[in-house]
Amino acid sequence: MAQFEKANSVYEWLDQRLALTKLTKVLMTEYWIPKNINFLWAMGVVLMTMFKILLISGIFLLMYYKPDTKLAFDSVNYTIMQEVWFGWLWRHMHGVAASVVFLVIYIHMFTGIYYGSYKRGREMIWLSGMLLFVTFSAEAFSGYMLPWGQMSYWAAQVITNLFGGIPFIGDELVIWIRGNFYVADATLTRFFMLHVLLLPLVIMGIIGLHFYSLRIPHVNNQEGEEIDFDAEAEKFKAGRKAEAKVIPFWPVFISKDLFVLGVFMIFYFYLVFYHYNFAMDPINFDPANPMKTPPHIYPEWYFLWSYEVLRGFFFDVGPLSAMDIGLMAFGIANVIFFLMPWLDRSPVVAPAHKRGPFFIWFWVLLVDMIVLTIWGKLPPTGINAWIGFFASITFLGLLLVALPMITKQEAKRAGGAA
Amino acid sequence: MADQKRRDFIGMVFGGFAAAGGAAALYAMKRTWDPLPSVMAAGFTTVDLSPMKPGEFRTVTWRGKPIFILKKDHTDLKKCDDADVKVGEGDYLVRIGLCTHLGCIPAWEPGKQIFKCACHGGEFDACGANTFGPPPRPLDIPPFKIEGTKLVLGEEGPEYKKLVGKA
Repeated sequence: MAQFEKANSVYEWLDQRLALTKLTKVLMTEYWIPKNINFLWAMGVVLMTMFKILLISGIFLLMYYKPDTKLAFDSVNYTIMQEVWFGWLWRHMHGVAASVVFLVIYIHMFTGIYYGSYKRGREMIWLSGMLLFVTFSAEAFSGYMLPWGQMSYWAAQVITNLFGGIPFIGDELVIWIRGNFYVADATLTRFFMLHVLLLPLVIMGIIGLHFYSLRIPHVNNQEGEEIDFDAEAEKFKAGRKAEAKVIPFWPVFISKDLFVLGVFMIFYFYLVFYHYNFAMDPINFDPANPMKTPPHIYPEWYFLWSYEVLRGFFFDVGPLSAMDIGLMAFGIANVIFFLMPWLDRSPVVAPAHKRGPFFIWFWVLLVDMIVLTIWGKLPPTGINAWIGFFASITFLGLLLVALPMITKQEAKRAGGAA
Repeated sequence: MADQKRRDFIGMVFGGFAAAGGAAALYAMKRTWDPLPSVMAAGFTTVDLSPMKPGEFRTVTWRGKPIFILKKDHTDLKKCDDADVKVGEGDYLVRIGLCTHLGCIPAWEPGKQIFKCACHGGEFDACGANTFGPPPRPLDIPPFKIEGTKLVLGEEGPEYKKLVGKA
């Protein structure tokens, strides 16, 4: 049994029982981060802050929200928006944060792709991060349903219908997911449960896994350099701070994080106070009506690229119907990034601008996803349908064909040079 | 050695019971997500077709879904023996008004004589057949029974079975 002596302070008393000093070292003052990184490495802390904002604003919204098809719309648009003091603030903070959190997730993801931070031992960081992306997507979708406006309703109708494309069990599965033949009260209450309890729990669990997965391979750096973290940490602790390639997370790296976070929060609160409308679709201020589809429906901006892949294939090919091809492409688009560490056949960990063809591939991918996002919101008629089709083909080709080919070549060259 | 076997046996019994309990719990969870009996039982809609005028288009609700009814006799609307419902002298199109692509409600455009879906541009003709865009099949036929001039939605009558080729 551990020896407990009389403590001289509250801190010492707690330290004996909870090992606070050791815990602080492991998590903060001796958690080593490379020096050679830029502001893009601050996105993790930005995301953590946005998640906390979503959680806190969500708690206050939960006090007045009513998950009932008869009451939901008014509880949001009348009670919360007009009666509750600062109800509008929580709603706009929640809605805007839900939107910009995806902007930061995409920056975070593309930083990882640019610097090759998904390979050489960092596969679990990438996979847990992709799991977070998927659960955040489910969280966004289930939350979008809650105000029970026209967009809420028809997004729910269309997205749940997607499961009807699964062979054999599709039709029954759709009814099972909805708990009714159509999107109804049972659907709203179960997605409410998912949004406020189950998915947040899962997200918190995966955030823990995501952080833990960083401990062994450590954070990547701007040059993809392999750093001996133990040796560099010794230098830092010995006072040779200028020479050491690492700094402690707390209080050194966090200072830079907090600066980036500060800039980001100015942007965020500017949106919350002066430009919240971009996250509040006007169509969603009409109450849900199962008997009337709005003339043009589209998802929020962060889902547009995969939505465009879904509808990009608008004609049948042989025995495959347009809908099935679209569904398959959509399914692939949603999981393809999980395979990033294996689609990249090269062992080289370096920033994209030092990887030749990969650099071009990276920017073509980014531009293609922006094209998909823009055309995802345009009506799918005439030339738009063809642009959507070619952008969708390009997306699949880039990840499934171009990436393995380019990186295989790179692996050969790297092997030859060594 | 004998002891190890005993321990393995106890371990397997424990694992077996835990697996059975887990499977039972999963079944209960699955059933909890199922539509309630009241939801399954609700849902017969009776429509009297006699007041409808030639060319008239109506939407009624059945199980929360819109049902399109289009009266086509005495008009130049396209008629199809294998797709229309005959009630007395009348010739009707009766379909579930959800696009077979992703379930949006197409709008009836009398001028062009088509159902046009705004979501992804799908089109259906006056016989309910998919003529353009992503819809993979014609508009679905709801189960129905004919009682005089009335249409009972939710019950499978002989005319319905004939129409979907199940007779």
